[in-house]
Amino acid sequence: MLLQAKEVTHYFGGLCAVSNFNLDLEPHELVGIIGPNGAGKTTVFNLITGVYKASRGSIKIDGVELVGKTPNQITALGIARTFQNIRLFKDLSVLDNVRIANYSQTKYNPVEALFHLGRYDAEEKRMAEHAMDLLAVFKLQDYADEASKNLPYGLQRRLEIARALATNPKILLLDEPAAGMNPNEIGQLMEFIGWIRKEFDLTIILIEHQMRLVMGICERLKVLDFGATLAEGLPKEIQNNPKVMEAYLGEGGDL
Amino acid sequence: MTNQPSSIKNWIERLGALWEKIVSNRKLLPILLVVGLLFSFAIPQFGLLNQYVVLIMIYVGINIILSTSLNLINGYMGEFSVGHAGFMAVGAYVSAILTTKVIPANLAPWLFPLVVIAGGVGAGLIGILVAVPSFKTRGDYLAIVTLAFLMIVKSVIENIEAIGGPRGIPGVTLLTTLPWTFIWVVITVWVIRNFVYSNFGRGVLSIREDEIASDLMSVNSRQVKMLAFVISSFFAGVAGALFAHVLQFISPRVFDIVKSTDILIMVYLGGIGSIAGSILGAVIFTILLEVLRPLGMWRMVLMPLVLVILMIYRPRGIMGLREFRWFVPGYDLFASKIWRKKKEAKDASAS
Repeated sequence: MLLQAKEVTHYFGGLCAVSNFNLDLEPHELVGIIGPNGAGKTTVFNLITGVYKASRGSIKIDGVELVGKTPNQITALGIARTFQNIRLFKDLSVLDNVRIANYSQTKYNPVEALFHLGRYDAEEKRMAEHAMDLLAVFKLQDYADEASKNLPYGLQRRLEIARALATNPKILLLDEPAAGMNPNEIGQLMEFIGWIRKEFDLTIILIEHQMRLVMGICERLKVLDFGATLAEGLPKEIQNNPKVMEAYLGEGGDL
Repeated sequence: MTNQPSSIKNWIERLGALWEKIVSNRKLLPILLVVGLLFSFAIPQFGLLNQYVVLIMIYVGINIILSTSLNLINGYMGEFSVGHAGFMAVGAYVSAILTTKVIPANLAPWLFPLVVIAGGVGAGLIGILVAVPSFKTRGDYLAIVTLAFLMIVKSVIENIEAIGGPRGIPGVTLLTTLPWTFIWVVITVWVIRNFVYSNFGRGVLSIREDEIASDLMSVNSRQVKMLAFVISSFFAGVAGALFAHVLQFISPRVFDIVKSTDILIMVYLGGIGSIAGSILGAVIFTILLEVLRPLGMWRMVLMPLVLVILMIYRPRGIMGLREFRWFVPGYDLFASKIWRKKKEAKDASAS
């Protein structure tokens, strides 16, 4: 088992944002988390990545406890994510955006950095080439020296995924990757997600509202509502689950 | 007569183009460094310029060290520290105590580089203490913390009789010479540039852009902030040591909030997140203050006014977030082009 979340619970003040969240993730799975707005989906991502510290419960990757670790430690252990509203380093170049994600793998120490000694030259070269190779995979190599805020929206989304992959993750968390895309682009995104999963040997958890994408590529779904897990199972089962329909559409609805 | 304005404009444009050409020519920099070093020796040796001008040049140098090091925190990291004069005070006092009380007078000129480093190390150690609250607080709150730090430094010095208390230390030997100032400016700029163009430095930039995203991209923000504060305060200490040994008299009053404000003005005038900006800011500010001396108190009205106008029309300063190619390491400048060329060669040989 790659990732195991057990009875994870989180409170904001007196409000229970996530209660008893369980998740067992096998390597190479693609799991979707869906639910109405405010159901606690992004909070789950924030708990896994250490932005929030879970009030209760445990989250383990390869048996290593994550609760209590800082986000940068968790990322170095192999969990990377993208954000619901793009959070690139806007004023920095596309290349720098990707290079920064190499931080935990940088092999020179501060003294070498201050005087440009020892491993500095070789490492800088390795990191720049690695970043450029990664950008080329995402067809962003021609924008390498452009400030990332100048890229069009679609490319910014792609750059965010490239940046996340530069941390060399085992698990990728995608927070609404299809937000703001038209049906045509969503089709491309579905292929793209499948492709990076194979290419980078990834396990993926994704949050999404676009039912076409969720039903099309997720192997397993979890439905959250008011922080509680409402249902889980294969996309087919979820589609016909009366409780889920009720949460989304009110009683008597049809998904 | 109608032709006049357009011809002036033309001249300005041509000057601008020339300037652009000079600052983007990287081969010029080593030449300038050697020439600068030679002149810094020759000017006082042969009395090429009068004492007053040499003194101003030394102050320009010290101010460059101050603004470049503060830019690391306020510009590159995007924090707001007003405590820079405090670190300067630590450096000044540590070095002045060493030269007036510890080291024999005949040895002092020989040991001066070590004394300056000692001032820097003293300030750097205090910098670690100030870095700790920066893990928890940001922005306005960190500004308050650094302001408090400045007050503490001043009060502590005022209350220690052994180092003169509020009267300060008089009779510090004049040891800061033009060559030493020049050398320390070059070291400061070089080290800070090196830091900025390493992955630690990029970590500093990413904290300015988005601290949460930066943490989630595996940047160890504690390590990065600690490094930035230590380096910044070390060089503030170096500047303080040089300052003490040119002013020849230091007292707690010299290092008050006004001194910090002066450094802040240099940083924001020159441009945040830019080494070229820090240098320009320090040069313009120091020289302008001297040129405007005949205006008396009115220059203290004019300078802030310049700053207000600048903040409205150019909020990031003259060079904000931009850099002369002089200061960018060669590989960093061409990394993407080198990669592209390599790739093309590989593709060509494959087909």
